[in-house]
Formats: sequence, structure tokens, C-alpha cells
Amino acid sequence: MNSLRKFFDKIKPNFEEGGKLHAFRSLYDGFETFAFVPNTTAGRAGTHVHDAIDSKRIMSLVVIALVPALLFGMYNVGYQNALAAGQLENASFWGMFWFGFLAVLPKIIVSYVVGLGIEFTVAQWKNEEIHEGFLVSGIIIPMIVPVNTPLWMLAIATAFAVIFAKEIFGGTGMNIFNVALITRAFLFFSYPSSMTGDDTVWVAQHTICGLGFNVPDTFSAATPLGEIAAGATALSSSFCDQVCGFIPGSIGETSVIAIALGAILLLWTGVASWKTMLSVFVGGALTAWLYNALGLSPLDACQHIVLGGFCFGAVFMATDPVTSARTEGGKWVYGFMIGFVAVTVRVLNPGYPEGMMLAILLMNLFAPLIDYCFVSRNISKRAKRATKN
Amino acid sequence: MANVIKLRKGLDVNLKGKASLEVMQTIVDGQYALVPDDFYGMKPKVVVKEGETVKVGDALFVDKNHPEVKFVSPVSGTVALVERGERRKVMSVRVDADGKQEARSFDEKDPLNLLLESGLFGFFRMRPYDVVANPEDKPKAIFVSAFNSMPLAADFEFVLKGQEKEWQAGLSLLAKIAKVNLCICACQKAEALTVAKDCTINVFEGPAPAGNVGVQINHIDPINKGEVVWTLGAEEVIFIGRLVLTGKVDFTRTIAVAGSEVKTPKYAKVIVGAPLAAVLKGQLDESKSLRIINGNPMVGVKTCKEGFLAAHATEVTVIPEGDDVHEMLGWIAPRFKEFSTSRSYFSWLKPKKTEYTMDARIKGGERHIIMSGEYDRVFPMDIYAGYLVKAIISGDIDRQEALGIYEVAPEDFAIAEFVDSSKLELQRIVREGLDILRKENM
Repeated sequence: MNSLRKFFDKIKPNFEEGGKLHAFRSLYDGFETFAFVPNTTAGRAGTHVHDAIDSKRIMSLVVIALVPALLFGMYNVGYQNALAAGQLENASFWGMFWFGFLAVLPKIIVSYVVGLGIEFTVAQWKNEEIHEGFLVSGIIIPMIVPVNTPLWMLAIATAFAVIFAKEIFGGTGMNIFNVALITRAFLFFSYPSSMTGDDTVWVAQHTICGLGFNVPDTFSAATPLGEIAAGATALSSSFCDQVCGFIPGSIGETSVIAIALGAILLLWTGVASWKTMLSVFVGGALTAWLYNALGLSPLDACQHIVLGGFCFGAVFMATDPVTSARTEGGKWVYGFMIGFVAVTVRVLNPGYPEGMMLAILLMNLFAPLIDYCFVSRNISKRAKRATKN
Repeated sequence: MANVIKLRKGLDVNLKGKASLEVMQTIVDGQYALVPDDFYGMKPKVVVKEGETVKVGDALFVDKNHPEVKFVSPVSGTVALVERGERRKVMSVRVDADGKQEARSFDEKDPLNLLLESGLFGFFRMRPYDVVANPEDKPKAIFVSAFNSMPLAADFEFVLKGQEKEWQAGLSLLAKIAKVNLCICACQKAEALTVAKDCTINVFEGPAPAGNVGVQINHIDPINKGEVVWTLGAEEVIFIGRLVLTGKVDFTRTIAVAGSEVKTPKYAKVIVGAPLAAVLKGQLDESKSLRIINGNPMVGVKTCKEGFLAAHATEVTVIPEGDDVHEMLGWIAPRFKEFSTSRSYFSWLKPKKTEYTMDARIKGGERHIIMSGEYDRVFPMDIYAGYLVKAIISGDIDRQEALGIYEVAPEDFAIAEFVDSSKLELQRIVREGLDILRKENM
């Protein structure tokens, strides 16, 4: 520990004003504050003692909460590949996992390099400390795209989202839309064939470093929601597979169990709002039940929640504190509306089999309005009190 | 007994080094100082010259805008120095105490004039703005909080012992100026508090900041735009009582000398403006990097060993500065010794009475407001704290008014600043917001 501290102290002058490496000051700051808790002490007046929690720890917790879904996603990539090649009995657990790992890792690297690169540059330019927000976005982005998304598309989409959805608003904490979802929306509308297309995007089709299997070019596999949108009335996968996550889909979204593990951590530590999370599920379930009862959707409430990105969105993206409603009452409305819009898009719009992304982005837009109504109530109460006296 | 107002929002932070309930004797000699900055919002005009002899109760400086508001010497002796800082700002007026404590007698009949003349009016603060009160205002009420819920704060019930008569006399005088609202804690049983006369008694129960007078006002009779409320520290009511009973002012306080770095935390009887070096004599480990605070670690002002006891301070606390600590990988390490309201640390597993040693590090980098509801959780007022802070940061005065800035003081945001994961200096932000608003409305 001491030698690392000494190393930091030794190289620090290079990064300070006038030093040779001053252009990389934000990079140095970023690494130093990750290695050591900053020693800045409180000002002259004000609170002199502070809670040990900071945004680094909060963001790290969210990343940890995402790990089960990510690891399962890697395994499922290998599993789907073996299944498609008809080689399931010849594939080992670790073989499938490492295949998935190699398929997903480049996406994680691209997302982090592009996103953090922009973050470091902006921090340097604005003479600010680097913000941790992208640690979460950067891991979510590879998890919400199909496994066959080309890396260059991912790079462009990530750059677009970080610059236009976050930095121009002022960085983490000031953005209106969830950055990871803007990435996905960008891909979805710019390269629709690579995002859903002809259902060849959900399963990795070629071997990587000798791992995995080659799948015939003609192979296609639709997600369960894709099947329904194509007019099927029954699903080809079992409910048990859907809950465990052995179905085609975006990398991190398939396993309800893995996502639930993350949800427990987020709720237990209080990082995510239980009100938002619960109300998304309530809104989605009630709406799905209604459409099912009306005969508009062959799926019941349970299936709507289990399938697609509903759980992943509800747990990890609807609860993003920056873009969701900030008032306690507003959180109920915000969550409920996400659930409602998501299922409505799925059922009523034949063009979009999945509605979670659009639902959350739409409600991101409405979150300030919802809050406005709740805050206005407080304001008018105060105004009334003043005129009464 | 009055109705108990139960507050659920808030947070009690249990710090190490609480003062034990015994009073150590302190000597009166040395150089005392009255610091104009302690009386926030006032422009000082010094009315004594260096070398002049003063008695207890002789004015040292007055408010430029309201010369009738005087700030008087707490000790008798010779004016040693008028300390000036940048742009000739008066930093302090120092008096070499002669130890005799000769005091001037006051015989004004009108209660307000008596307070103005004796220098006690300067201790009143007003809401809105949390500044020294304006004697021309007609306050709708005077609020006195008889308990402080902040960590390491002095226990007023203990301080009050033996001074019950003065306390009641002070309250009775206040009642002649305006309606007095006394706010006590449900845990306080002293009769001088529970059956105090000439005032309305309100009982509060709950975690910090329940003892903040601003929180209490918000629950009893919230301030509307255009209204003025005066507030006064509980011990300053005793000052008034002494004046009423003897005709002389006596600024002796019983303060807590507390904190993890004080060897034997106890109470001390000292006079306002006392040199801290004498108060803390033999109590500190000089080899360590320490932070001495005039007040408690939540709302106090950092000072140094050469400093003086602040006018309003009911305690002096000493905590480690922490600038020599290098904690590795704080974002992931378990850090068992740390206290946090977040369950990502393990302090929730420990018993509630566990005492923590906290240093003055802010333990993170300053960020935009990211988490929602953090402030509201510990802000027991009917105000959207986060939105108010944002309105202040963005300088939107109309919105600040609409969101209730007139009801708050910086100290009400102390606990919110403690829990804030974005590490914003909320008390400073609110102070600046109030200052701008005051200028606009003047």
C-alpha cells in the first residue's frame, strides 16, 4: 500500500499545472481516487464529518449487481450456439461459458474504451473530476444488445449516447435519458436489421478461437416475443427455460433468476428505489392481465414479465436515479407507467416485439413532468398557507 | 403535558467522546475575543480604541445599520487589539481580562431596550435568512429550542441545573416582547422545562435534526413570506435571566468539551470569547493532525488552538483531521470501522450504541446530485430539500421562495450534508442562497 502511495506521490507533479503530462490530469485523478479514498477534508464551516458512502461505491455496487446477469448471459451465448448447432450433448459447461465470454468480452471492452475515453476527455476539458456514471452504462450497453451486433456499430452508438445524451447536458446527474438505452435506441433505429432483423442476430454463429460451433447460415432463432409478434399463438420454449434464461435474447436480459440476484443487492443496499421497481412490475402485470383478458395478447401477465427485457429494464434501468422521477410519490406513477407502456407497445404495435426500451425512454421524458406535479402540490400548499394568514 | 410531535425523518450519528456529566473549573485569565463573524449578517463598527478599559457589558462594536444593536465585552479589562483582515474587515476585538469581572449595571425598564443596551439582543437570530435579528421587526413569535440533537452537543438539561430561576426569569422577559414557543425533547424531565411558565411548550421526539429550531417552527407554525420569527439559544435565555435578576450581564456558559481526540471529555464553565488554548489545556495530543471545532461536528466552525470560544457555541469539539489517512480502494473495501447509512457498509450490523471516531475527510469526490430522496430521508420538514438546493444552485429566486427557503437555515441541512453521496456543501449553498435573497429583498 505504501509503495503504491509513494508511486502516486512521485508521479503526481507531472500531472499538475505546468507538468509534462498535464493533458492527462483527469486520467491520473481517476486512477488515484480509485486507488485511495481522497483526503480532501471538509471546509471551514458546514458539516465536518461525512458518511462513508460516495458515488464510486454506489456505482460499483450496481456493477456488482449486474455481474450475475452478465455471467449467465455469457453462458447462455454458448448454450444457444451449441443448441443451434445441434451439438448440445457434445458441449461442456466451461466450453459454452468460455465461448460466450470470448463473444461478449470485446463488446465490453469497446463500450468502456469508447465511453470512458470520451468521459476522460470531457473531464480534462472541463477541468472536473471524472464521473463514475459510465461504469454502469458501460457494462449495461453490451448486455442489452444481441450477441451478433458488430463492434463498430456498438462503438458509434456508445459515442453518440455518451456525447448527445449525457455530456451536452452536463455529465452524470444532469442527463435526461438513460445513456445505455439511448445507445440501444440509436442501434435500433439506425441499424434495424442488425438489432432484430431476420432473427439471425440472437445466436452466435461462428466458432471463436476454436471454441463453440459453426451454425448453418440459414439458421434463425426468434426471441419468444418475436415469435408472438410474428403471429404465433404458443411459444416454442418452456416457462421454466424462460425463467432460467435458456432462450435467445439480448445478452444479459434472459435470466430472471440472475437478474433477481442483482435486484436483491440493489434493494438491500438501497441503491435502487423499491417503489420504482415494484410499481414497474405492478403496472406491467396489470396491463398484461387486461390485454390477456381482452384477448389481445396470447401471453399472460407472468409471461409478459418474464420475457424480453422487462425484468432487466425494471431492475437496472427504470431505477436509474438520475433519469427516473425524484419525488417519492412520483416514483410510483413513473414506475407504473413504464410497466403499462412497455406491455402496450408489445401488444398493440406489431412493428416492435419488445417495448421496454421505448417505455423507459418515454417515461424518462415524462419524469420531470410527474415530479413537477408533486412539487407543485407542495408549492401551492405553501402559497395557500401564506394567503390564509 | 403538551402534545408530543414525533419526527421520523433524520439520523442520529453516534460519535465517540461524549462529555461526561461533570464540570471542570476553568480559569478566567488571558485574552478574550468577540468575533463579529459569529453574529452573522451584521456589519461591525468598532466603538472602542485599543488601550481603553472596559467593563463587562460595555459595547465593543455595534451594527453599522442598526447602531442600537450593541455587542458588548464579556469580560472586564483592557482592549488589547482590534484585529483586521483583508479590506480592513474586523476579524475580532480582543480584551485582556483583568480577572475582576467588574460589570456595568443596566436599569432600562423597556424589555427590548434593556436587551439592546446590554448587548444581549445581538444573540437573537431571525428567520428568514438566519441572521442577527432586526429590532425594528415585529416578530410573530420567539422560538427557543431547549435541546440540541446533534452529535456531541451539550446537554441543556445538565447545563440548566442550578440556573432554573434565571432560566424562568429570561423566559418571562421574552414573553413581554412576543409570544414565546419553547421546544423541549420528550426525554427531558427537568421541571424548569416541562412546566416552564410564560411560554407555550412543545414536545418533540425523534432523531437529529429534531432539536433544530427551524424544524420545530416548520411543525408548529411555519413561516410565510413577509413574516418574521426570532430564535434564541437556550443558554442565552439564561443570560437574559441573570440580567433581569441582577441588573448585570454575565456571559458564563457551561460548554461541553467533547470529541474523540479530547482526553477527558467533560463540561467546562467558561465565558463567551474565552481562549480555546486555556479550555483545551492538556486535553489534546499535539503530535496528531486535529480539527478543533467551535460547536459540534455537524454545524460548527473550524478554528484553531489560538482561536476563541464562539459567541453561540455551546460546545467545543475536537476530531481527527484525517488528511494523513490513505485508505485504499475505498469503493470496494469492506471498511468495517466506517459509519454509513448505506448497507454497502457494515455499520448497520453493529449495535446502535456503537460509537464511531470520524475524521474530517469528505470521503469522496464532489458530484452533481445523482441519488434521489437522500436529503428528504433526513430532512423532517414539509419541504423538498433536493429541489430547494437545485433552485439555489441555479439561482432561481422565485422558485426558492415557492419551495420554502424562508423557513430554512443552513443548519437544517447539516444531516443531509452528512449523508449526501454527492458530497455537496449544502450548508454553504443554502447560506449563499439566503444571502442573495436577503440582498434582493432589502
